[in-house]
Amino acid sequence: MIPLLTDGVPRRGLKLLAAFSVALLAAPLVASDYLLTVLILVLYFAYVGQAWNIMMGFAGQLSLGHALYVGLGAYAAAALYVHFGVGPWLGLWVAMASAAAAGATIGFLAFRFGVGGVYFAILTIAFAEFARIGFDHWSWLGGSAGLFLPVANYGGNDILTLRGSPTMFYYVMLAMTASAFVLCHVLLRSRIGYYWLAIRESADAAQALGIDIFRCKMVAVVVSAAMTSLGGVLFAFYYNNLFPEQVFHISRSIELILGPIIGGIGTLVGPIVGAFLLTTLAETLSEIMRAVGIDLPGIKQVFYGFCLLGVVMFLPDGVWPPLGRWLGLGREEGDRGSGEGKR
Amino acid sequence: MPAEIYLNVAVSGVLTGLVYGLMALGLSVIFGVVRVVNFAHGEMMTIAMYLAVALFSAYKLDPLVMLVPIAAVLFALGYVLQRGLINPFINRPEHSQFMLLVAVALIMVNALLIAFGPDARGVQTSYAFASFALGPLIVDANKAYAGLAAVTVAGGLFAFFRYTLTGKAIRACADNYAGALVVGLDVKRLYALTFAIGSACVGACGSMMVLLVDVTPPLGPTYTLLAFVIVITGGLGSMAGALLGGVLIGLTEAVGGLLFTPSAKSMFTFAILVVVLLFRPQGLLGKRLT
Repeated sequence: MIPLLTDGVPRRGLKLLAAFSVALLAAPLVASDYLLTVLILVLYFAYVGQAWNIMMGFAGQLSLGHALYVGLGAYAAAALYVHFGVGPWLGLWVAMASAAAAGATIGFLAFRFGVGGVYFAILTIAFAEFARIGFDHWSWLGGSAGLFLPVANYGGNDILTLRGSPTMFYYVMLAMTASAFVLCHVLLRSRIGYYWLAIRESADAAQALGIDIFRCKMVAVVVSAAMTSLGGVLFAFYYNNLFPEQVFHISRSIELILGPIIGGIGTLVGPIVGAFLLTTLAETLSEIMRAVGIDLPGIKQVFYGFCLLGVVMFLPDGVWPPLGRWLGLGREEGDRGSGEGKR
Repeated sequence: MPAEIYLNVAVSGVLTGLVYGLMALGLSVIFGVVRVVNFAHGEMMTIAMYLAVALFSAYKLDPLVMLVPIAAVLFALGYVLQRGLINPFINRPEHSQFMLLVAVALIMVNALLIAFGPDARGVQTSYAFASFALGPLIVDANKAYAGLAAVTVAGGLFAFFRYTLTGKAIRACADNYAGALVVGLDVKRLYALTFAIGSACVGACGSMMVLLVDVTPPLGPTYTLLAFVIVITGGLGSMAGALLGGVLIGLTEAVGGLLFTPSAKSMFTFAILVVVLLFRPQGLLGKRLT
């Protein structure tokens, strides 16, 4: 088991990873409440970014509708809890099953008929929007007025029903992010991981080598959807309210994929680095705005847009590949290389 | 409900659909030639809509008269955008281009929010409440004028691509990139020109759209998505397809809103998209996918 996890990873990388993990584990001891909520957000984006990365970074299928899986997971677990008193640890299986079913449906429809690239991306947006409007009119789930989870006993930490303090959520989120990281590492080194990379580089060549590309893409979308839905479950129990307009909105889908793209598509560390950078950037900007006393709605997003623009223009492979080289870690196996030569 | 209501709603849907079609036409032209998906398309249209609203409220200039100058402003914006920002991204992977335009769109939406605030803005033209009666049909004057203007602009665009030398050169770039380079076409300039023409399309479309709806900054992403749905329904790269798709979506929205609740109308739009993608992935009038 251990060699499977560590083989081929530079020793330096392991040391840095260990140091980073210790820092994250110790963070709640020193961090203020505000910083802790920011860190929860960072971990959440790192987690869902990692899940999205399986589809785009590994298998090369651009999904712009991952909010669908977050929303399905959130609503499934929340509805079971609110209506039947079923706890999140049982609910998450329903959440994963429903998201996986949705992912399988979209994947089946698209991959069967050879829908790919931009078309596939639009299809994923369409399904997410469809769900948004559908949930808006589904009164059992609160409709557009929202679904609320009871927040009565905020006194103690109850891990069984996920009711408790930000510190508890922080550790749950940290465990999820770490598991996702390890899972992706293992996946990348498994047979299917190599198949995915082959499909990403050239679907035709992969098929010619006898890889069942339909099945591999289906596995990618189902695994990615199920993982993403867990993020949704935590989202529901952390924020305690769900609105279709917010959960399923296309801006959620875009927000979710910015991290891995900024960090470095197809890399394992990229989604985590990207989530850290983006969330820190957003929070720093709000702090600066507050300090300077500018209270213009939208000005933060304009800055945000310019920062994004800078990263996309000058670091086309994302932040992690050059950063990793600078740290002396060499290239990861999922790294896309220069990404040039589309035409 | 009497049959006239359906007929009236259908006509109004078709007229709105023509304006949608023109918007989608801009996107289709850009994608068909430059092969870049303009994720800031709807945002550019809201810029045009705000221009029209600002000109109307300041100088009482009719949006339909201002259509030409507004289209010219968007033309310039599109040209500069392509030349300065997008051109280096032509050979980058799709997700990279997507990120670039998402960043541009983010800046546009929020710059508009800062400049004009979150409140809905609209125009009150002298003919806002006028209508024409054609037998049992009652056609809203705003919609009639907007639809007519959309058809005129689209017609002009068709003529440009069919009969002018520049139009033919642009089509040559779309058909065979390497071939266009070989015969000595200035592809860079033609790409910028195409992006500018696509932008001018949304510029014109925006000045018509203010007659139909009030504008708010978040309208941008909604229209970007709508333009995509229309283009894919009609067939990517097919100009007639974009118009047809627009009319079809406009009609579906209108009738869907009448039969069910208006807030659920876009569900029908997406349902059409899904059906088209499943059974005719190249779109209604599209060429075979490569």
